[in-house]
Amino acid sequence: MSTDIHERPDNMAAPANPDDPFLVVENLSVRFPTHDGLVQAVTDLSYTVERGKTLGIVGESGSGKSVSSMAVLGLHDAKSTRLSGSIRVDGEEIIGRSEEKMRKIRGNSVAMIFQDALTALHPFYTIGDQISEGYRIHHRVSKSEAKKRSIEMLERVGIPQPNRRVDDYPHQFSGGMRQRAMIAMALVNDPQLLIADEPTTALDVTVQAQILDLLQDLQREFNSAVIIITHDLGVVAELADTTMVMYAGRAVEYGATREILTHPEMPYSWGLMGSIPDVSADADARLVPIPGNPPSLLNPPSGCAFHPRCPHVDKVPGNLCRTTLPDLVPGERGVNHVKRCHLPNPGEIYAEEVLPEIAPDLVDPETGELIPELAEVDPDAV
Amino acid sequence: MSIVTNSDIEPARNSPGASVGTETLLEVRDLKKYFPVKSGGVIRRTVAHVQAVDGVSFELKRGASLGLVGESGCGKTTTGRLITRLYDPTAGEINFEGNDIGPLTRRQMMPIRSEIQMIFQDPYSSLNPRHTVGTIVGTPLRVHNMVPEKKVLPRVQELLEVVGLNPEHYNRYPSEFSGGQRQRIGIARALALQPKLLVADEPVSALDVSIQAQVVNLLTDVQAEFGIAFLFIAHDLAVVRHFCPEVAVMYLGKIVEIGDRETIYERPHHPYTQALLSAAPDVRQAAIGGRRERIRLEGDVPSPINPPSGCRFRTRCWMAQEICAKQEPPLLQIGKRHKVACHFAAEINQAPSRPITTELLGVDDQGNSAGGAEPQHLHNEPGFADQWFDVKSKQVVSG
Repeated sequence: MSTDIHERPDNMAAPANPDDPFLVVENLSVRFPTHDGLVQAVTDLSYTVERGKTLGIVGESGSGKSVSSMAVLGLHDAKSTRLSGSIRVDGEEIIGRSEEKMRKIRGNSVAMIFQDALTALHPFYTIGDQISEGYRIHHRVSKSEAKKRSIEMLERVGIPQPNRRVDDYPHQFSGGMRQRAMIAMALVNDPQLLIADEPTTALDVTVQAQILDLLQDLQREFNSAVIIITHDLGVVAELADTTMVMYAGRAVEYGATREILTHPEMPYSWGLMGSIPDVSADADARLVPIPGNPPSLLNPPSGCAFHPRCPHVDKVPGNLCRTTLPDLVPGERGVNHVKRCHLPNPGEIYAEEVLPEIAPDLVDPETGELIPELAEVDPDAV
Repeated sequence: MSIVTNSDIEPARNSPGASVGTETLLEVRDLKKYFPVKSGGVIRRTVAHVQAVDGVSFELKRGASLGLVGESGCGKTTTGRLITRLYDPTAGEINFEGNDIGPLTRRQMMPIRSEIQMIFQDPYSSLNPRHTVGTIVGTPLRVHNMVPEKKVLPRVQELLEVVGLNPEHYNRYPSEFSGGQRQRIGIARALALQPKLLVADEPVSALDVSIQAQVVNLLTDVQAEFGIAFLFIAHDLAVVRHFCPEVAVMYLGKIVEIGDRETIYERPHHPYTQALLSAAPDVRQAAIGGRRERIRLEGDVPSPINPPSGCRFRTRCWMAQEICAKQEPPLLQIGKRHKVACHFAAEINQAPSRPITTELLGVDDQGNSAGGAEPQHLHNEPGFADQWFDVKSKQVVSG
């Protein structure tokens, strides 16, 4: 940190210091006015992503994970969306930018990979045309140069015979190849920030593994910042450096991935982990689902939005969970792990009540204690 | 309407807590389904066939559950739809309680339909948006004359309660329910006729993670309570492992490995099963950091119109040799409850240098037919035999 006594005004364009996080989102709120009322899709969301690092955003459908990332690209219709807060890409403020200025960033320094490649690709244009379109908008190059670049990109993402396949239409590609083509399209301008919205959800596991490998290789090569939006905690565990858990439009837990997944402190995160059967866990253990359904964002619950589904509400003194929204503050495990929960002793509850239920094989059957080598790896040892 | 009388339908009234029986409920034998590919133009000739399911055999005991896993296009859904007779099989037998239901006509199928029900993948498109829940769940009862008209509504409410929905909501429309609740409606509809066999085709893959667990638990309860046999079709290996004591892995229209849960997940012998298991991302990796070492499969599943010769997995297999292109590996029983179709079947990283199947097939190591060597008789029945071929000793052993 510099010792500059002059405080920098918040919304002034800061010089692009390479050490600064590439993306800074501060107090972002996204609201959609509808006939039924105001949909509070994202509320007071803050996070940062550094170059070369990956942020994983997890949550159920409707938790605001896609909406918040679309705001980074300015993909919301200004007429029907109310945005507030600040989004700075490489020091430059995005919110309030004109559409024309947005276009300079979109697809250039910030690019997005969408979930469903078949609907995200235009069926009427060849793969090559669609890849070179983005390149030609941001670079003054001829058509043939752009096509050369498309072939190069297709080769880079592992499409066999790229100089022949470049003239194919999306329907001639298989699911995995379409996803690769879309990644090629996103990477054509060497973006410094890549937002992957459920990039592998529609794919089979073996293809998913290929795509995740590819994303990771490309990130290493270009040192870009990556946001990966998913509901699969396994994907987050293997790819993300930091993880943010979202619920009802707010971040409920945020910190280093290893921290979040080995010492979650928020009951919703516990619920997510308990809902997933594991390929290596005890097969006869019963899944522990989160009761109830995700809340409506038109009329979110009072206090903590998770309280109607939370099995630990009674452990908080008073009626705090129902009346007061908890702040996103550091818990027992240091300042780099923040959570939005009133529970005073989440670590204890997790170890004593939650873990034995969701992962009995991690707990010693005789002593009832955690088997340390499975539950925790010393952060310094790795 | 059909003229099936009530006495034809013997509802499967199982005692609560019915356990897995020893009696075979369903036996599928060499089942095939080829979809014709038609040419363009006025005269649409059949130019090729999509070999969606090509010689699948398995058996399912009363009250048991078998998981069918594989990637998209491997034929697992087609298999499910053949068993429910939503498709007509091209060849093979589907023996349900000893009778082949493959060639039955629509009318002959009628009484059997009540015993084989299906849960569909997408709870949004599998419920008629213009029917109330009461109509959706009550229709099977009416069609099969299960209960007198006056009793339909009480029975519907009972079913809604079984699947965890409010029985008072029978006059609501599907649009008023969330995805998980809709899937429960689909389950209530499937349970209405007290079937003996439920084909669940990706019953949870369209749902949110937190809701998936609710539905999986519901299916577990339903099975324990009513003793229904399940054919559980899914691509999610973890969900299948959780639900099914027995698992079959399909690749390009064939079963490549089938066995009990412990064997398939802990000691898989087919390279494809090994690759599938290794590809699944693991939450526990978070404690270690970085990505897990995994088998990387190259490329995509080949076209089922023109599948590779010999072993269908050879084009993506890292162990493939000459024999794999020439000889199709038989689905060989290699353990008490374990069958695998691979010339080099072994636990991971322990692949033998020579194919294990040469003596059985009467071929040399390259897969050319060797003079003098006679192919041995192989057990090729849908179930498991008392004798099997031990991979390590290359002997037939019994246990």
